[in-house]
Amino acid sequence: MELTRRQFVQVTGAAAAGVAFSGLGSDLKPVMAHARELKTKAAKETTTICCYCGVGCGAIVHTSQKDGRVINIEGDPNHVINRGALCSKGAALSQLAENKNRLTQPMYRAPGAKEWKPVSWDWALDTIAKRVKATRDASFTTQNAKGETVNRTEAIASVGSAAMDNEECWLYQAFLRSIGLVYIEHQARI
Amino acid sequence: MTNHWIDLKNSDVILIMGSNAAENHPISFKYVTEAQNRGGKLINVDPRFTRTSAKADIYTALRSGTDIAFLGGMIKYIIDNKLYDEEYVVGYTDASMLVGEGFEFKDGLFSGYDAQKRSYDKSKWALQTDANGVPKRDLTLQDPRCVFQLLKAHYNRYSLGLVSRITGTPEKDLVEVYKTYAATGAKGKAGTIMYAMGWTQHTVGVQNIRTMSIIQMLLGNMGVAGGGVNALRGESNVQGSTDAALLFHIIPGYLATPATNWPKLDDYLKRRPKSSDPLSANWWQNEPKYMVSLLKAYFGDAATKENEFGYQWLPKLEAGKAYSWLDLFDEMLKGSIKGFFAWGMNPACSGANAGKNREAMARLDWMVNVNLFDNETGSFWRGPGMDPAKVKTEVFMLPACVSVEKEGSVTNSGRWMQWRYAGPKPMGQSRPDGDIILHLGDKIRELYKKEGGAFPDPVLNLKWDYADSHGEFDPHKVAKNTNGYFLADVKVGDTVFNKGSLVPSFAFLQADGTTSSGCWIYCGSYTDKGNMAARRSQQDAPNNIGLFPEFAWAWPVNRRIIYNRASVDLQGQPRDAKDWVIKWDGAKWVGDVPDGPWAPLGSMQSPNSAARWPFIMTRHGFATMFGAGLNDGPFPEHYEPLECPVDKNYMNAQRMNPVAPVWGGKADAFATCDPRYPYVATSYRVCEHWQTGLMTRPQAWLLEAQPQMFVELSEELAALKQIKNGQRVKAVSARGAVECTAIVTKRFKPFKLGDLIVHEVGFPWHYGWRWPATGKEESINLLTPSTGDPNTRIPETKAFMVNIVKI
Repeated sequence: MELTRRQFVQVTGAAAAGVAFSGLGSDLKPVMAHARELKTKAAKETTTICCYCGVGCGAIVHTSQKDGRVINIEGDPNHVINRGALCSKGAALSQLAENKNRLTQPMYRAPGAKEWKPVSWDWALDTIAKRVKATRDASFTTQNAKGETVNRTEAIASVGSAAMDNEECWLYQAFLRSIGLVYIEHQARI
Repeated sequence: MTNHWIDLKNSDVILIMGSNAAENHPISFKYVTEAQNRGGKLINVDPRFTRTSAKADIYTALRSGTDIAFLGGMIKYIIDNKLYDEEYVVGYTDASMLVGEGFEFKDGLFSGYDAQKRSYDKSKWALQTDANGVPKRDLTLQDPRCVFQLLKAHYNRYSLGLVSRITGTPEKDLVEVYKTYAATGAKGKAGTIMYAMGWTQHTVGVQNIRTMSIIQMLLGNMGVAGGGVNALRGESNVQGSTDAALLFHIIPGYLATPATNWPKLDDYLKRRPKSSDPLSANWWQNEPKYMVSLLKAYFGDAATKENEFGYQWLPKLEAGKAYSWLDLFDEMLKGSIKGFFAWGMNPACSGANAGKNREAMARLDWMVNVNLFDNETGSFWRGPGMDPAKVKTEVFMLPACVSVEKEGSVTNSGRWMQWRYAGPKPMGQSRPDGDIILHLGDKIRELYKKEGGAFPDPVLNLKWDYADSHGEFDPHKVAKNTNGYFLADVKVGDTVFNKGSLVPSFAFLQADGTTSSGCWIYCGSYTDKGNMAARRSQQDAPNNIGLFPEFAWAWPVNRRIIYNRASVDLQGQPRDAKDWVIKWDGAKWVGDVPDGPWAPLGSMQSPNSAARWPFIMTRHGFATMFGAGLNDGPFPEHYEPLECPVDKNYMNAQRMNPVAPVWGGKADAFATCDPRYPYVATSYRVCEHWQTGLMTRPQAWLLEAQPQMFVELSEELAALKQIKNGQRVKAVSARGAVECTAIVTKRFKPFKLGDLIVHEVGFPWHYGWRWPATGKEESINLLTPSTGDPNTRIPETKAFMVNIVKI
């Protein structure tokens, strides 16, 4: 059946009236089922762990198959720690993902410049790699003043990050140590 | 946490001190409340009446920076009233060990102090040992040189009157807290502590926690359900990032970073002290297996016995030199650091004395800032007081994606490693951090392959095969490498493990290069049976205490409560029959994964030779009240913060911790007992923001809920300063000034230190000029000092001195 917009408004208006009179004995279940279906219909469901404090609460993410973006994030009732509950930050998780303030491309600021300039990933990573190599090569110390082998650079430092996954943290520290860093620190120190 | 979140429900008395769990770890209160509903008591001690205080059975206040005095008084109360668990103290702790004659405590100093170097000669604190090097013990605890008697003498000075004069806590409140908590020394009762940065961020941070640890040992609260020492981690993966050693002093699995005092791998592998006591498991004697397996995980086939498994490819620290956060920014300000990665971190707001950090960033040649949002660090060159034209630092700001857009694991405070999945694809051109690291590594390796350069060996020999079939970062490959592989067919006992299979537990790791493991404590997390961190079973263990052993995976070896061998009596039977953790059924342990398979001790006089002492990670097998390895003394002692409101320490002749690091630059100014900065200050969080607010201030709902920087002050101080609620004021310290909105509140009350009235004020530390867009809400860390704990070098951001002035 094809509905004109006007007919649609009439039909939904009747449904709304049905809801309004539900206290008089009409059955609400089909309306509720319809509402639930709308929320998750065709959405991809994944579980996640909240990214904020160290409690490690579980949450369920619904992602639209249409545009690939988050529809909703809510507490996971089958998570044995939080049993569906979340705090105010956790309850707002969808607004972290779907946020117009996010950085969505690499930016560069040249020495003395007053503005950011968008750049490509390739250019950014190529240039950073050159800077790392130049600083490392210029500062690399194979032996200290006492003649002991040290194989390090003290001219590059890194801070971060407890915000990364375990696998990323492991890879990051392996990378930093392979280029000789000793100034490696992060949130756990402070 | 020695225990875990759900286990809080098993507690009879919960002490929340140095944290505000209701506000900052809200879901933990599901279990705190459950404990209360089961008849448990909640005690909260905090300078300010918080959301946690509102739920507490007993609340009292103390002045920031006086926790050791408060808790030292509890040690005295427990000993004076004989409320300690004698069986536990004698059987499982070092209380009976005899301390050598070199140890002494006088005028606030332990023996061996060198005022020039501001450090101690710790050899003065050695134990008395027999001919085999095993500590001498007096099981009657009567010998005047035994740890128990020395402890008793040390804390005998911590009388109620003196403690009250230091802390500002009324004597009757002290007694109520001491009495309630000490009741957990009774058999079958458990007390626990929930602490966070309110205890760590002090010049006595480690000793704050040690004081509580001593209380837990005296009361027999370690290893039991509802007990333990529980640090509430503030970040979703700060446990995991610490395990993975993104810190200068350790490499993965809490192994020491190679340093010049271990020039060869052999020197490193011999560094752990041996124990001649056949009953001491001395677990760290296994370190060579973990170290060699780690080197194999780093360097793969390139690591061979002939080249010390690549030991020389790892950078070495200068022995005795610190490369910590405070040292790092001090060096950066001096100009010796040229390149800087601020990866998923915002040091322009998060670090103590943040103004110094911002100034230091202007001395860099280049900075790489990886984050979700533009922030005060990446944009430091256009922040307050900066002239972009004069800042030569080149800055790259790379967009990372959010956690729900990628796959991988995080480890919570209770050591649970939990897997999470990708929902949406990364927004715009943002990428998972893992991709960025992998591709940057690729580029650097290409450059070294093509051009050569300084010592290219470690760069090129690092195992770097973590890409999936699309060339993107594959978290499963790293997770398996972290777990570890058999690199040859290995026979252990009667079992042969095939080359290429995943190692099921660290008990099978080898020191000969036939196994790899990127982090030994994670060995067992990803095995041939699958990804253990992804498990979702709703089934509890037979003891029904909330262990949920097949939900996710906990390090080590899925043990949910560590030190659990101390939860049983000498016959291996639970000291708490109701909430038991493990028990011996005559042939094996049942319940949680025990701290080793060995049989129960049987008796103290003639222990079973197949048994082991319960604290397997310590050299001698006992929990240590006498902390002879600490940089600032074997017993915690009260010292005032770097900046404090009193001109002397009422407890001893040393005003501040005599070995705490201090910096002397212009940016490091401090002022103590100075009329210009008369009020004690502390910092904290609100539920609606997280850390520096980098991830929460750009969110509309959360910013609306907590829109601006504020200072909380008492009605009494507000009257004195004629400040009205809601008025904009300025907070000033020796290092900077920050604008805040005044909240005049009953939550703070003036402290009475004898005849002296001291006011305290408090600030959230979530703000920075980049968000909200007004640019007026700034970080309180512009006011905090450059000093920290002498063991960890964590900055002292929880107790400092300020003034509040009207604008």
